[in-house]
Amino acid sequence: MTANAIEAHGLVKIFGRQRAVDGVDLTVPAGSIFGILGPNGAGKTTTLRMLLGIVDPDEGTRTLLGTDHPLDVARRVGYLPEERGLYPSMKAYDAIAFMGALRGLPLAEGRKRGRAMLEEHGLGKAADKEVRTLSKGMAQTVQLLGTLVHEPELIVLDEPFSGLDALNQAKLERMIRAQAARGVTVIFSTHVIAHAERLCERIAIIAGGKVPFAGSVSEARDRLRPQVRLETRALDGAWRAALPADAVPEGHFWHFTLPETGVEPLLRALIEGEAGIQSLSIERPGLHDAFVAIAGADAARQLEEDQQQESADA
Amino acid sequence: MPELLRASWVIARRDFAAIIFSKAFFFFLLGPIFPLAIGIAAGSIGGQVARDIDKNSFALVMDAADSAAALKARTSLATQLGEQRVPVLVAVETDDPDSVIASGKDTRYLGVLTGSLAEPRLIGTKDEVERWQGPLELLVERAREGDSAAPARIATRLVTESSGSVEQGRLVTAQVGQALLVLLTMLLAGMVLSNLVEEKTNKIIEILAAAVPIDAIFLGKLFAMLGMALIGIACWTSLALLAILLAANGLPQLPAPAIGWPAFLALGVAYFAMAYLLLGSLFLGIGAMASTVREVQTLSMPATMGQLIFFFLASFSVTRLGEPIELFAAIFPFSSPFAMLARAAQQDALWQHLLALGWQAFWVLLLIRFGARLFRRNVLKSGGGKRGLIAGMFGRA
Repeated sequence: MTANAIEAHGLVKIFGRQRAVDGVDLTVPAGSIFGILGPNGAGKTTTLRMLLGIVDPDEGTRTLLGTDHPLDVARRVGYLPEERGLYPSMKAYDAIAFMGALRGLPLAEGRKRGRAMLEEHGLGKAADKEVRTLSKGMAQTVQLLGTLVHEPELIVLDEPFSGLDALNQAKLERMIRAQAARGVTVIFSTHVIAHAERLCERIAIIAGGKVPFAGSVSEARDRLRPQVRLETRALDGAWRAALPADAVPEGHFWHFTLPETGVEPLLRALIEGEAGIQSLSIERPGLHDAFVAIAGADAARQLEEDQQQESADA
Repeated sequence: MPELLRASWVIARRDFAAIIFSKAFFFFLLGPIFPLAIGIAAGSIGGQVARDIDKNSFALVMDAADSAAALKARTSLATQLGEQRVPVLVAVETDDPDSVIASGKDTRYLGVLTGSLAEPRLIGTKDEVERWQGPLELLVERAREGDSAAPARIATRLVTESSGSVEQGRLVTAQVGQALLVLLTMLLAGMVLSNLVEEKTNKIIEILAAAVPIDAIFLGKLFAMLGMALIGIACWTSLALLAILLAANGLPQLPAPAIGWPAFLALGVAYFAMAYLLLGSLFLGIGAMASTVREVQTLSMPATMGQLIFFFLASFSVTRLGEPIELFAAIFPFSSPFAMLARAAQQDALWQHLLALGWQAFWVLLLIRFGARLFRRNVLKSGGGKRGLIAGMFGRA
């Protein structure tokens, strides 16, 4: 296995006059869970489609499992597209087998595995049912199993949580973790920060077709200084000079960014100045705050709207 | 290439099974029965009407001796000239000949031959009189002569065929073979137009495009449809043969083609496959651009017109063997299968068919490649403009 499952440099895709993807660089280490985080229309799907070779980039290069011809390694890749699709007249286990057969798994073996996987996920009774008769959630599970049936090294999931209820979302998270535990590389796109924050070791934030940040979740959060919330008994005193310039008072509370020098010098000054510390909390910024800081307020607002829409749909 | 074929096989197998095991396929197999049934019914009614109308009967109102002589003369002439060429005479006893065909009376008679053999009179409408006057005059002349004018007999010696009749016969075989080929291709190739709509409607195309080359999708779909078409043809042919054998004394006799029946039939299957694949790959490419069934329906009319043009080209050239127009029809990919089948009926050289099949197969691959490129560019929005399209034709799948 190569060190990086995916490498992309300067990917550009232009539709008409719009640069849907504008110079995207990505590196996905093998065996990691990687999230592409951004609002709808940011270029997530187009980026994934370019990585998989469904569309060719207008500029830039990409390698998937060491080759720049993604279809050459199609047998080692599993893909769940954003727009789910199955042949309605196929039986559930056959649909899984067919998706495996497309990627080189013998049909008989695919059927055997399909039945076993459905059984394992509590859908044994649905194995012989036609896809058209399944509920939306069941059909989505069938498609996900079809993505995994040939035991790929790399799994690409485009908005996998979309349309799933909370129960199935949790189930999917467990499946993704299980795959990663087996050494499989998982890359998924999402507009739900919580999923990326919970699952991913590394993320790429995408907005307006560009990737302003790619790195670990921790690195993203470290882009912002921790926030301090201080409660004092005294309202005024010499100790106030020790507070940073951005400190905002609110009654007996003060809110400010943790100084570069750390919390210890500040604490010393507050104690010596008899500020009367009642409480002190230091909060590390979450991924949401990091997203706002990195992608901008507009992208963050759109992301929130997408999430609300998603919740309403679910 | 092996991966392309493997992927095509996966697609073809799925499509073939989906078609064959669907209820719609049963109706597809029944399809030709409907026009056949209508044809038989119409033919039966028409035949009855024709029999009723085309009796060419005239009422014969003469005295007994003249009537007997006229009827005898009629029998004699019909033997020599053929039943249809001599009007039927039905002796009618009446004092009023006009009343036989008067309005509101029996309409079996076209007219009335009355008077006597010496002075015959014909009563009838202008059209019927003009049409039948000559034969009736001949009949009366024969009746007047009685037995004295025995018909001359010419001694004959029969040969099985003449050079002119062999050529003419093979031409008939060529035309029949070509017409059958065109009919089957027209009936079946148009179905390919809508072949990618299901994948696009159900969003499956994304899964397919991520796993296998578009060329493999096209190739697989085309061969699945070809398989279905061949099953249909085998079924219809078997039923037709059975019906003919049961209903008639045997198969209708067509003159043997120059290349011989076994090779001709084998080439017929091969050229049907090629015609189907050529038109099918073109239609698949065109149909792939459509995103709804309605769009496909709109496209089917110009597609059918296109097929007719190829047919006219091939059928026009069938009697012009070796002339530039026939050579063009044989070389032009879309008319080539039809023109070459006509050649097989008229010329016995086999090499030209191997060459033609290779040439047609090359065009099938080229069209599939072009269709796939067009699909990637216009539907998947991949690849550049016209330059990308041409470059992509010769790049990797």
